[in-house]
Amino acid sequence: MPARIGVYICHCGINIAATVDVEEVVRFAQTLPNVVVARHYTYMCSDPGQALIKQDIEEYKLNRVVVASCSPRMHEPTFRSVVAEKGVNPYQFEMANIREQNSWVHSDVQAATQKAKELVAAAVAKVALLEPLEEREVEITPAALVIGGGIAGLTAALDIAEAGYKVYLVEKEPTVGGRMAQLSRTFPAMEDARHLLAERIKQASSHPNIEILTSSTLREIEGYIGNFKATILRRPRYVRADRCTTCGKCAEACVLAGQIPDEFNAGLSRRSAIYLPFAEAYPPVYTVDPQNCLYLKEGKCGEGDTPPCVAACPEGAIDFSQKEEELERKFGVIIVATGFDLFDARLKPELGYGRYPNVITALEFERLASPDGPTGGEIIVNGKKPQSVVFIHCVGSRDKTVGNPYCSRICCMFTAKQALLAKEKLPEAKVTVFYMDVRSFTKGGEEFYDRARGEGVLYRRGGVSEIYRKGDKLIVRADDTLLGRPVEVEADLVVLATGLVPRKETEDVALLLKLARSADGFLAEAHPKLRPVDTASDGIFLAGTCQGPKDIADSVAQARAAASSALMYLIQGKAKVEAVTSKVDPEICSGCGLCEAACAFGALKLDPKRKVMTVNAVLCKGCGACAVACPSKAIQLSHFTPAQTMVMVEALV
Amino acid sequence: MSPIQTSEYIHELTLRECIQCGKCTGGCPVSLKTSLNIRRLIYESLISDTVSPESHEELWDCTTCKTCTLRCPKGVDPCGLIVTLRGALVESGRIPSTVRDALKSITVRGNPLNMPPQDRTLWTEGLDIKYILEEEAEVLFFPCCMGAYDPRVQKVARSLVKVFQEAGVDFGILGEDEICCAHEARRLGEKELFEGTVEQYQEIFSEVKAEKLVALSPHCFNAFKNEYGELPFQVLHYTQFLADLIKQGKLKPVREIPKKVTYHDPCYLGKQNKIFDEPRFVLQSIPGLELVEMERCREWSLCCEGGGGRMWAEGTNIEVRLSHERVREALETGAEILAVACPFCMAMLEDAVKTLGLEEKLKVLDIAELVAMSLG
Repeated sequence: MPARIGVYICHCGINIAATVDVEEVVRFAQTLPNVVVARHYTYMCSDPGQALIKQDIEEYKLNRVVVASCSPRMHEPTFRSVVAEKGVNPYQFEMANIREQNSWVHSDVQAATQKAKELVAAAVAKVALLEPLEEREVEITPAALVIGGGIAGLTAALDIAEAGYKVYLVEKEPTVGGRMAQLSRTFPAMEDARHLLAERIKQASSHPNIEILTSSTLREIEGYIGNFKATILRRPRYVRADRCTTCGKCAEACVLAGQIPDEFNAGLSRRSAIYLPFAEAYPPVYTVDPQNCLYLKEGKCGEGDTPPCVAACPEGAIDFSQKEEELERKFGVIIVATGFDLFDARLKPELGYGRYPNVITALEFERLASPDGPTGGEIIVNGKKPQSVVFIHCVGSRDKTVGNPYCSRICCMFTAKQALLAKEKLPEAKVTVFYMDVRSFTKGGEEFYDRARGEGVLYRRGGVSEIYRKGDKLIVRADDTLLGRPVEVEADLVVLATGLVPRKETEDVALLLKLARSADGFLAEAHPKLRPVDTASDGIFLAGTCQGPKDIADSVAQARAAASSALMYLIQGKAKVEAVTSKVDPEICSGCGLCEAACAFGALKLDPKRKVMTVNAVLCKGCGACAVACPSKAIQLSHFTPAQTMVMVEALV
Repeated sequence: MSPIQTSEYIHELTLRECIQCGKCTGGCPVSLKTSLNIRRLIYESLISDTVSPESHEELWDCTTCKTCTLRCPKGVDPCGLIVTLRGALVESGRIPSTVRDALKSITVRGNPLNMPPQDRTLWTEGLDIKYILEEEAEVLFFPCCMGAYDPRVQKVARSLVKVFQEAGVDFGILGEDEICCAHEARRLGEKELFEGTVEQYQEIFSEVKAEKLVALSPHCFNAFKNEYGELPFQVLHYTQFLADLIKQGKLKPVREIPKKVTYHDPCYLGKQNKIFDEPRFVLQSIPGLELVEMERCREWSLCCEGGGGRMWAEGTNIEVRLSHERVREALETGAEILAVACPFCMAMLEDAVKTLGLEEKLKVLDIAELVAMSLG
C-alpha cells in the first residue's frame, strides 16, 4: 500500500506561531512526496486538534501521520493513541519537534521557518518508511519486593499487603524500624516517634501477607517488570527465633558486655556482642554481632567449652551452628526504600565534632532526648546539665565545600524541635540557634517555628564558622549578620544539624536494579514533577529518603504513592512493554558480546548453543546503545533503522 | 580616584552565589578587632553599582589567611575581593607609604626590604652552595627574601643548608639571579608586578634542571605551587622535604632536645595547602622533644597577622595584636619553645615575645633550626 501522509503544524498558541510562519510550512509540506493533506491549527493536542486528524484519516484514507509541534516526550503518546483510534498503527506516526528545538531557541522568523520546513521534511521522509509495530503485554506476578524496613518501606509494604498482595520486605539490619526508631519526638505535633513507629511495626509484622526478612541483603535481581526474581542472602542471628524470649540474660553474660558502641544510641552507650537493638525491635529476637563476638571470631569464649551466653540462656536459644541462607523470591514489582545516611560532621573539622565531646550531632541529641536513650531522656553532657546550648543549622547541607549543595529540608524543623526539647528539659538554660535561613514549609512548620521562638529559643542569623575550646567552655564563632558584627558565644553543648546524604550503598543498589542517580547522589525519579515515585525502569518505584531528603510525613506520602503505583500493575495483572526494540541478525552476529556490555538494562545475552546474541524484548528499552556498539552492524533498532535514519539525514542536509 | 564598578569583578569572584551567611566574617581572625567585615563588603558590592575602596581603610587589615574563602559554603572567594579592591587602590596610588616603598623595592631591587641586589648571597658566606645556573643540582633551594636578607631568618636558611648537607642533598640556589617571588605584592593588589615576575621566572626556570624546588617560606611555596602555572619541577615546602628525608632514613635527628614544643601552623602551609602533618612529623622525630598542641591548631589555627603584605601595612587597631594572643596561647600549653615554619610567623611571634617581655619563658625557633640543633 503506498504511503498516504497527513501533516499537521501546531501553533502551540504563540509558542511556535510567533517565530515560525506556520502557513508557509503547510504550503511547503503539501509539496512533499506522499503528503495527501497538510494543515495548521492553534493547539493540535486539544480535542478539536485531535478531531481534525481523525477526520482526515477517514476522509483521505491516511495511513501515516506527522505532527510538527513540541517534544515527543510531551505528546507522542497522545497522538499515537489518536491515530490508533482510527486504525493507523501508532508506530507509523512521527513527530517533528519545532518548539523546543526551534521556536523556543530562535528569534529570526525566516531562519526558524526554514528550519521547521527541514524538520518536517525529515519527519515526512521517515514516516513513509516506518513499519507497523506491535505493543506487547506481560503477565505480572502478584507480589511485591520492598527493599528497606524503615518508615517508608513498612508503610508501602502495609498498603500493598492490605490490597491483598504478597509482600517480601528485605531489611539489612537485624530489625525493622530504620532511623525513625532512633528519634525522640516528631515535629510539629511533638508526638512520640517511638510510639508511632511501634504501631506500624506491629501492623506490618502481624500482617499475613507480609514476610519480613531481616539481616538480609539482595545478592542478585533478574527479570523484568512482572517477572522479577531475587536471590536474598540472610545472615544468621545465631539465636533461634522460636525459643528466644528476650529475657536478656545472654547479653548480661556476654564477656564484651558494655564494651561495643551501640549504634542505636549513636555510639553514646555500649552494648554486648549479643543484643536486641531496641525494645520494640522486630523480630523480637536477640542477635549476635559477628564483627565483635569472640566465639565467632576466635572459636572460643570464656573459660570452658560453652560460651557464657549459651550457658546463660535458659531456653537453649543460642545456636552457633546457624548458617547463612540463600533465599529466592519471585515478584512483579519493586519498591526501593533504602533510606539515607547522616552527613559525617568530621568533614567540617573547624566545628570540632570528634574533637570535643560536647559537640554532638542531631542524632546524638535525639538519643539524649529519648526516654529509652542512654540518659533516660535527660540532657547530660560530661556528667553535667548544660547551661548554654547552641544549635547550628546546615552542617553538611547547602555546602559546596563538602559536595552537598542541596538543602536537607528537615534540619530547620528538627532543630526547632530539639531546641524546644532543650528548653523543656533544661528550663534554666540559654538555648540559641544559629541559622542562615529558616525553611519552615512543612504543614504547621511556620507555626512551630513561632512556638520555638515564643518559648524563648534565641534565633541568631549567621552561619557558624568555627568552634574551639577556651577553658571549660566551647566558643562558637559566627558573624551575627543582623547585628552586622562577628560574635563569640559561649556554650556547654553544641548540637550540629547534620544533613542527609545518600546511603553509602546507593551505588550498589543503583547497579543492582539499573537505576539512575540524580546530581545530588540520591536515586533519581523518572520525572521531578509528573513521575515522582517512578524510576526509568518499569515496575521499580522509590519511597522515602533514598530519593532525596524528606521528613516522616513526606516519606510516608511517597511510600503510599509508590504502593499505589505498584498496585496499578498488580491489580491489572499485566503491563505493556516497549514496542521499539533491538533485533539481532543471527547471520551476521559473531557473538562478541560488545552489545551486552553496552546495554544498561541487561537485555542482551549470548545464546550458548547458536553462539549469537539474543534480545530479551521485555527488558529492551529501545535505546539503541547495542546497535551502535555492534562492530558488524548485526543489530538493528526497529523504528530507527539505518534506512529510516538516512532519509532524515538526506532531508536535513 | 573614581569609584570602582562592581560589575568588573562580581562575576569573576562569583559574588552572586553569596547567601550572606557570614561564615567568612565569622572565621576572619581580624574581624573581632577591626571594622573589617568581608560579608558586608560583598553585600555592598552586590547592591551597588560602584564601591569606593578608599573609604575602606580596613582593607589593609586583611592578612589573606583565606579562612573566609575556605569556610564559604558557596564557593565564593571573599579574600579575592579584598585583593581586587586593594588592586584599585594600588592603581590609583592611594596606598600606605610603607606599602608603596615595599612594592617599589620589589620592582627596582628585587626584594621588598629595600636591600641591595648584590647583597643577596651574603647569607651563604662560609657555606659551600652550588650556583644552580652554572652547576646542575637535584634540588633548587629558594630561601625567600627574608632568608636572604633578614638577619634572624638568615639563621633559619643557614640551618636548613646545614641539614641538607648532613642529609647529602644535592642542591643549589639561584644566587644573585634570585628575585622576590612577588607573592605578597600580589596580595597587596599589585597584579602587574606579580605577572611580570612570573614571566621573568619562567625564563629563569627554563634554564634550571632541578627535580624539586624546596621553599623556605610557605608564601613562596604557595606562589610557585599554585600561582605560577606549570613549572618543570615539583614544588615542596621544606617541612615536606625534611619529612621525606627522615622517612627515607637519609636524615636522622639524634641529639636530644628535651623540651616542650608547641607548633604554630602558618596559614599558607596549613589552612591553605593542608600541610598539617609533615611539620609535626619532623618535630616528633627529634629525640626528647615533646610536642604539645595549642587549642587552636591545624584548621583552627590563629593567624599571626604577618601575611597578605601585612609586614608592610600596619592596619587599623594596632593596640590589639593577634601575635600577642597567639604567644599567650602558646604559653598556656606549658611549652618552652614555639616552633614556626614561616619567616613572617617568625618575625611576628618573636616580636610579640619581646614586646610582652617573655624571652625568658618562650623561645621562638624555626623547625629547621630545631632539626639542625638535633644533628649529631
